[in-house]
Amino acid sequence: MNNLFNYIEKESPIHGLTGATKLVCLLLWSLAAMTTYDTRLLLVLAVLGIALFPIGRIGVKDVSFMLWFTLVFLVLNTVLVYLFSPQHGTEVYGTCTYLFGLSGHFAPTAEQLFFQLNYILKYFATIPFVLLFVCTTNPSEFAASLNKIGVSYSVSYSVALALRYIPDIQKQYHEISQASQARGVELSKKASLVSRLKSASAILVPLILSSMDRIEIISNAMELRCFGKNKKRTWYMAQKFKALDYVSMIVCALLLVASITLTHINGSRFYNPFK
Amino acid sequence: MNDVIIEFNDLGFQYRAQAKPTLYNINLKVRKGEKILIAGPSGCGKSTMASLINGLIPISYKGEITGSLLIKGKESREMSMFDISHIVGTVLQDSDAQFVGMTVAEDLAFALENDCIPQDNMKNRVKEVAEILNLGSVLRHAPSELSGGQKQRVSVGGVMASDVELFLFDEPLANLDPKTGKQAIELIDELQKRTGAAVIIIEHRLEDVLHRPVDRIVLMNEGRIVSDTTPDELLASENLANCGVREPLYLTALKYAGVDIKAEMHPASLDELTLSEADKSKIRAFFEQNNKVKEKADSEELLTVRDLSFTYEKTNKKTLEDIAASIQKGEMVAVVGTNGAGKSTFSKVVCGMEKEDSGEILFNGEDFRNLSIKERAEHVGYVMQNPNQMISKVMIFDEVAMGLRLRGVPEDEVKTRVEKALEICGLYKMRNWPISALSYGQKKRVTICSILVLEPELMILDEPTAGQDYRNYTRIMEFLKSLNDRGITIVMITHDMHLMLEYADRSIVFNGGRIIADKSCAKVLTDTDIVDKASLKETSLYHLAGLCGISDGTAFVQGFIDYERENVRK
Repeated sequence: MNNLFNYIEKESPIHGLTGATKLVCLLLWSLAAMTTYDTRLLLVLAVLGIALFPIGRIGVKDVSFMLWFTLVFLVLNTVLVYLFSPQHGTEVYGTCTYLFGLSGHFAPTAEQLFFQLNYILKYFATIPFVLLFVCTTNPSEFAASLNKIGVSYSVSYSVALALRYIPDIQKQYHEISQASQARGVELSKKASLVSRLKSASAILVPLILSSMDRIEIISNAMELRCFGKNKKRTWYMAQKFKALDYVSMIVCALLLVASITLTHINGSRFYNPFK
Repeated sequence: MNDVIIEFNDLGFQYRAQAKPTLYNINLKVRKGEKILIAGPSGCGKSTMASLINGLIPISYKGEITGSLLIKGKESREMSMFDISHIVGTVLQDSDAQFVGMTVAEDLAFALENDCIPQDNMKNRVKEVAEILNLGSVLRHAPSELSGGQKQRVSVGGVMASDVELFLFDEPLANLDPKTGKQAIELIDELQKRTGAAVIIIEHRLEDVLHRPVDRIVLMNEGRIVSDTTPDELLASENLANCGVREPLYLTALKYAGVDIKAEMHPASLDELTLSEADKSKIRAFFEQNNKVKEKADSEELLTVRDLSFTYEKTNKKTLEDIAASIQKGEMVAVVGTNGAGKSTFSKVVCGMEKEDSGEILFNGEDFRNLSIKERAEHVGYVMQNPNQMISKVMIFDEVAMGLRLRGVPEDEVKTRVEKALEICGLYKMRNWPISALSYGQKKRVTICSILVLEPELMILDEPTAGQDYRNYTRIMEFLKSLNDRGITIVMITHDMHLMLEYADRSIVFNGGRIIADKSCAKVLTDTDIVDKASLKETSLYHLAGLCGISDGTAFVQGFIDYERENVRK
């Protein structure tokens, strides 16, 4: 089974960065990728993002589930964009070059294909970076650095705590679902979707009830050990900013600057090779 | 005197939502360096005492306090929970829930973090504590990678890190197997000697706590302190039996043999117990009378398993290897072993929740392997440990009816079958109650009932009595016994040695994915090697036999079991 939020402990320069740095970089990076449709910059971002995986020592296998999920989504999205506005490329780039000697509303144009290529590139520019962030950021250290950049510590800690309990809840879900199947709840593909949804409630109710019990105990346990006593707290996992942290943030900031500059030079968010 | 840490003066307490007070006229002093056990049945108010001492009352749980509680001379109501937590360190019952950090190191540091201790000091302190508790090698591990005993040591370490003057243990043995429980009691003892702090243990398992000496036992019942005296005095009195707390098993044996127990005999510890020659001969006579070899009646095989192997997919680890076992019709069998020994996996494979790699499963002589989970459930019912994990309906009737309705049984038949099952389980009068109104033990009954309604021939119960006091334990077990008398075969996964001795016909012992023993409980509990591998404890009866010069300790234990089953229960 693959976990959705899966911190993978390894030694790498990317693991060594503080969580705050990675969060800032993620924000700058995504902004840069969102702003522009410039093929050249998107290509740079996509290649850079993928190149970071070996540096972070994360393999394709570690993120396969999320990768499949996004690929399916990407294909679906691409097809739908084509179906709903096959002329969008023409509108954007202002020219209309029919390909393969076809013409008509649904006929492929070079502009449309180019637009959709950029669209796909946008995915490749952002998704790898997000996955990398998830895999290389230790939740506790992340909480510590969130707190450092000004988020209140009770909020930061709840984030870490939520991540901490995901595996427990998955395990419980599995056990409860087995027991309910024994009583006759059908969860396999044999049953219709509606009856499977109904069955899911037979698992969710006990899951929620037993989680509620635990929340009370945990919050008592935390209070008994002085959580919430002071305005501030220190963090065992906190890390100091190192040179590499600053360098990474500067690089990402430069990418954003490049993205904005390109938009300015191009006169729009699009790079137009058809002019 | 200044060395009084806790002082209750005529204290009473009533929870806001309850009609009657939970505590009445409590007077109790705990001094520095003392070790005190607070014992009593569930609902006697001992957990409420704990919440008062650590400040959860009145801060988290509201209610009305009368009289006074002084913590180091200060009125507790005027202190914050944080002030109190620097004096009182609490180790909660559920060491899983107490584990707040992502890793051992972070959890040990949790209180220090909240006290704004700089990171360097914190790391040193964590290292020191980890060394004392022998946790150095697992500092970076997550809670799921630890054993029960390690988790408990982490909970202790978490409060130890901030130098408290009183350790409060709330049912420290509830989630531990006998061997780990024994180690926990030894740890508490060492901890007190090392720190000189006071210790309060809240627990109803008297014999296990008395593995190491305590200064006083405070016995509670129905919100009042019944007695506050030395263990020897208490054990020589009738108070325990009146309050429904189980006395040590060797004392029960002494009483059966007609020995009069007096405080001068030091009944609190088997090592210090002094028996006169007359007493010893009484015990030997009791043994002679009950040492009969019983012939075993042959019966049919219900479940047979051969060469069963199972590999856990995620870790690629073999959790079951070449398992061969059989369960006879009408038996009550205990399945024992450490966590991860394969006992739960075994029952899951039998129920069809996991798929075996190889091997045979025969039920009533027929191949069981081609049936789905749902189909097998009509023959083998599985009851999970925590009833809250099974209950998904609001009303009792609907909960019990769920399995039948999902099988498309006509509604009028559902009604008759559910009512019959409710009748058997003693829940008929409550059939229209919401489940939320029930106690833990009653909920357990509902979950058993909801399985029973499918009329399985075999029921597997995971830890049916975990965390229950003597009274509830007896209720649940007598209920299972009555089902067994109706012809239902029962398999219990358990750590409870009393359950083994009192109710199981036989135990199957798992270790490292294999069955290492399959014999009578008396034999298992007197075999040093198996006891150790299964994380159990030798029964004190065995040592008592040695003390009285009875060479065949196993036969003595068996004699005790037979005597109890024939004469004491019904």
